[in-house]
Amino acid sequence: MSSVPALRTDDLGKRYGSTWALRGCTLEIPTGSVTALVGPNGAGKTTLLQLAVGLSRPTCGSVAVLGRSPQEQPRELLPRIGFVAQEHPLHRGFTISETLELGRRLNPRWDGDAARERIDRVGLPLGQKVGKLSGGQQAQVALTLALAKRPELLLLDEPVAALDPLARREFLNSVLEAVSESGVTVVLSSHIVADLERVCDHLVILAGAHTQLAAPIDGILASHPLLTGPRSDAAAVARAHDVIRESHTARQTSLLVRTDRHVYDASWESHEIDLEEIVLAYLGQGRSHFPARETHAEAVAG
Amino acid sequence: MIEFHLETRSGVPAYLQLVQQVRQAVRLGILQPGDQLPTVKEVVTRLTINPNTVLRAYRQLDHEGLVEGRRGVGTFVGGDAPPLPPDDVKELRSSLQRWIARARAAGLDEENMAALFADTVRPPVISKVA
Repeated sequence: MSSVPALRTDDLGKRYGSTWALRGCTLEIPTGSVTALVGPNGAGKTTLLQLAVGLSRPTCGSVAVLGRSPQEQPRELLPRIGFVAQEHPLHRGFTISETLELGRRLNPRWDGDAARERIDRVGLPLGQKVGKLSGGQQAQVALTLALAKRPELLLLDEPVAALDPLARREFLNSVLEAVSESGVTVVLSSHIVADLERVCDHLVILAGAHTQLAAPIDGILASHPLLTGPRSDAAAVARAHDVIRESHTARQTSLLVRTDRHVYDASWESHEIDLEEIVLAYLGQGRSHFPARETHAEAVAG
Repeated sequence: MIEFHLETRSGVPAYLQLVQQVRQAVRLGILQPGDQLPTVKEVVTRLTINPNTVLRAYRQLDHEGLVEGRRGVGTFVGGDAPPLPPDDVKELRSSLQRWIARARAAGLDEENMAALFADTVRPPVISKVA
């Protein structure tokens, strides 16, 4: 496997008018990983994916996909990327069969047998009009189109946001099955954090148009303990570790910190917490107008 | 063949849960030498889990000598994996069942029993001052 990262950005930024949709984004997504791109709506997830497939040009900085520039070398690059845009746009008047035919004519690398086999496996009739399919079924058709290109990198923009829990599970299953068959690298954006821990191995948190964190999930869990102790000032801890979130009650202080070292101070008890809570802490941090961060309701209650 | 399951709230990493389930199945004789483990793809689609997690678990089991990966064929339980002697397991299980019945009668719940067991198997390093 090559050591060229699947996606690499360096100080990447995109501005629409006077608003930065993405700013100072520097990250590296390794080949063979399944990476979740999380953040609230408007955090820059779609902007980042569109820059990665060359649908827009960076205002500043650079982006490289599979070692190439999507803006300068689209002919070499695009056949190697599968992209499923948000709402998975498809021609509603086409049958599934016609949709696959369109895919065959538009793509130099096209595995029609695999595409028909996938449609068959998920139980869809080829003659059915796409417009008559449920959201989950349309998502499966869009995924089939992307996978039939035999891509090295699969980019999915909010693929499961609109799906019910069962369709969501089936869709993720299809993606993971493709990963186990072909080793395709996957980047999927999502504002739903549940489930990501078992589906993904890398995580990128975007909030307020900035990258808050980009790391393997194992490492994120290990380096983010929740410290609890008697009510005190966070300043001493903050000198040695990054404090992501602090909250106080009358008698107790809780700090979510990011640290690559053990916390030796015996006045703090260290707890492991799950990924969702870590992500939410970062998202809260990115929201500078969110005053609840330091004064939890409990502080008043005491 | 065994079927894996995942406890999302247990705090134990997913790959380690798979490793533990194979170890336990081997010890109890549910998996025997030569038995095949589910393929990575089977585990992935059954649990909706990252293939890298399954590969990591299988690598670890291979490293421990418990299973053997045969390229392009699958992963098999190794010949030198010692199961517990089945007759002893049966006998121990039934005496444990009697013990559990007594513990329940004495008002212990599952958590109390687990704590008592853990405390007896692995006595604390620092002895308690009465």
